[in-house]
Amino acid sequence: MNDFTDNMESNKHKNSSSIPSPGAGGITLFDKIWEKHVVKTIDDGPSVLYIDKHLIHEVTSPQAFTGLNKRGIQVFRPKQVVATADHNVPTLNQHLPIKEELGRKQVEALIKNCAEHGIELYGLGHPFQGIVHVIGPELGITRPGMTIVCGDSHTSTHGAFGSIAFGIGTSEVEMVMATQCLLQSKPKLMRITVDGTLNKGVVSKDIVLYILSKISASGATGYAVEFAGSAIRSLSMEARMTICNMSIEMGGRCGLIAPDETTFNYIKGREFAPKGADWDRESASWEKLYSDADAVFDKEYHFNAEDIQPMITYGTNPGMGIGVNENIPTTETIHETDRSGLAKSLAYMGLREGTPIKGQKIDYVFIGSCTNSRIEDLRMVASFVKGKKKDDSVEVWVVPGSKQVEAQAIKEGIDKVFEEAGFQLRQPGCSACLGMNEDKIPAGKYCISTSNRNFEGRQGAGARTLLASPLTAAAAAITGKVSDIRELLQHNN
Amino acid sequence: MSKPLSIVKSRFIPVNIENIDTDQIIPARFLKATTKEGFGKNLFRDWRYENDDETKPKADFPLNQARYSGEILVAGKNFGCGSSREHAAWSILDYGFRVVVSSFFADIFKNNALNNGVLPVQVSDGFLQKIFARDAESELTVDLARQTITINASGESESFDINSYKKTCLLNGYDDIDFLLSIKPEIETFETERG
Ligand code: SF4
Repeated sequence: MNDFTDNMESNKHKNSSSIPSPGAGGITLFDKIWEKHVVKTIDDGPSVLYIDKHLIHEVTSPQAFTGLNKRGIQVFRPKQVVATADHNVPTLNQHLPIKEELGRKQVEALIKNCAEHGIELYGLGHPFQGIVHVIGPELGITRPGMTIVCGDSHTSTHGAFGSIAFGIGTSEVEMVMATQCLLQSKPKLMRITVDGTLNKGVVSKDIVLYILSKISASGATGYAVEFAGSAIRSLSMEARMTICNMSIEMGGRCGLIAPDETTFNYIKGREFAPKGADWDRESASWEKLYSDADAVFDKEYHFNAEDIQPMITYGTNPGMGIGVNENIPTTETIHETDRSGLAKSLAYMGLREGTPIKGQKIDYVFIGSCTNSRIEDLRMVASFVKGKKKDDSVEVWVVPGSKQVEAQAIKEGIDKVFEEAGFQLRQPGCSACLGMNEDKIPAGKYCISTSNRNFEGRQGAGARTLLASPLTAAAAAITGKVSDIRELLQHNN
Repeated sequence: MSKPLSIVKSRFIPVNIENIDTDQIIPARFLKATTKEGFGKNLFRDWRYENDDETKPKADFPLNQARYSGEILVAGKNFGCGSSREHAAWSILDYGFRVVVSSFFADIFKNNALNNGVLPVQVSDGFLQKIFARDAESELTVDLARQTITINASGESESFDINSYKKTCLLNGYDDIDFLLSIKPEIETFETERG
């Protein structure tokens, strides 16, 4: 490493662990957290950012462990790493050995690597197992003011607690394992404010799909995005997670929401939440985590909650969304970023420009993924579906985000509601969100999905994905086609 | 350590499609390996082959056209959006590319590429179109030290950005882990001081 170190030393290192002095304006939430985690900054280069929590899973960690083993080093701070198996686990018969050989090998490698490096693993069969972005919050591991990373882009989910949380690649997984640090350049800052009251049948997924349709799938590239405003404040923690989850779909480096009473109440009493005096001390420090009134952002957007309708995507990036009652755009009406891709997208989707999306036949309904597989999502679906039956032409998979969500659903009798409706309640994992296990949508079939990506082939080669909220997905399950949940809610009792 | 990179003078393969996401670069079903090698054969898999069948290459896809070759991939705007899978960078490197040129890159992809010795070169939309307009025989020169990209035949050139830390790393084949390990005592001090 010799000359490399020298080379870097010749770049003057400066310490900048202090918060920038106000005067030029207040400090943003992002800056408050960032500055507390900067070990040092390289001139005209990135900062060395200290990472509080590192979440790992079977798909993006094996090469990182191999890298460590090659260098002959151990994980630096194993207590700050938590592992689970989620991406390619089966969602049926999890008690049996994994049939698919390569997937099984990855899960076995994770077990072995965690044991060798002293990392806590919530693997298959463990009561805490689940999608990495579902279990972090539900176990009280995710807390305000933290830096959190994981080799998965939807790590942005954890930002809902007022933390800096972002996805990293496998080389970076290796860096954090080796040093608990990452080299990071500070992103620009964007604030998206949504004020007002949501319409009936409109939920947080619709908010984020709406924002995406307005600013496009690359609208926040290079930015950390803070979500603010009365409509965001009024959301539950789980609903906030749905929004931060999809900040990566705008290209954002991460998404975050200032913590408040809702946040504190959610964390309190959870498995790994601080207790007693620790709670008092930690939670007091969380009170300071907000953007000062005079803080300046590099870019700001404002939206009105009243303008948001139940949303659905028609194309092959998450920015290609419309209200369920709207027509698919034409080349003239579409957001300019997607103009050149429209024809290709629609050809893949088998849809026509300028036609309504409502009434489009659906073959599969997938309710799951780290975007919408939490207990509130399942409750929301169950309360609408109760006493109804799915349409004969659709297959419906409900995949809970974690063992705890599954257990809670069973406790509340939600499993019975689903069974009567003809929905399959499966076991926790990423499942059809990325189709790494057997849960794939066949080529050419339409799937309305509560996940976060509608890319070509994401749910299986040739699969056609329409992203929507759990309510809109449930509506399609009952009618067999894209429907306006509001019309169905009117007929409810 | 990765292979050092300074000047790449080569023909290029144009994939003139915008918003190429990581699921197109390397579909999820190929993420099950536990090593970094061998991903090149699955690069752009679903665009390359009919029904996932290697004996049926799609004739209209540039990677399948004999007239194109080289160490430089030129792609439409917003390349590498989507997932954090570093497999995308590994597959590009493993296929034989050292440089990816586009008019816009997704953040995570950019980092992943740099961490594997693949240089993302961001050019203006206009310059990108000029490259796409050249024929298959044309060569490009990417000079990392001078931070320029040149269309050799016409001499048209544009400069690109890269932070000096990353530039030093690429020129010498160092990686971030080497650097972070070298400052471990400072990291430990930081941990103690913050309590
Ligand atoms: S559910 Fe989908 S988006 Fe979420 S972690 Fe799993 S694969 Fe990634």
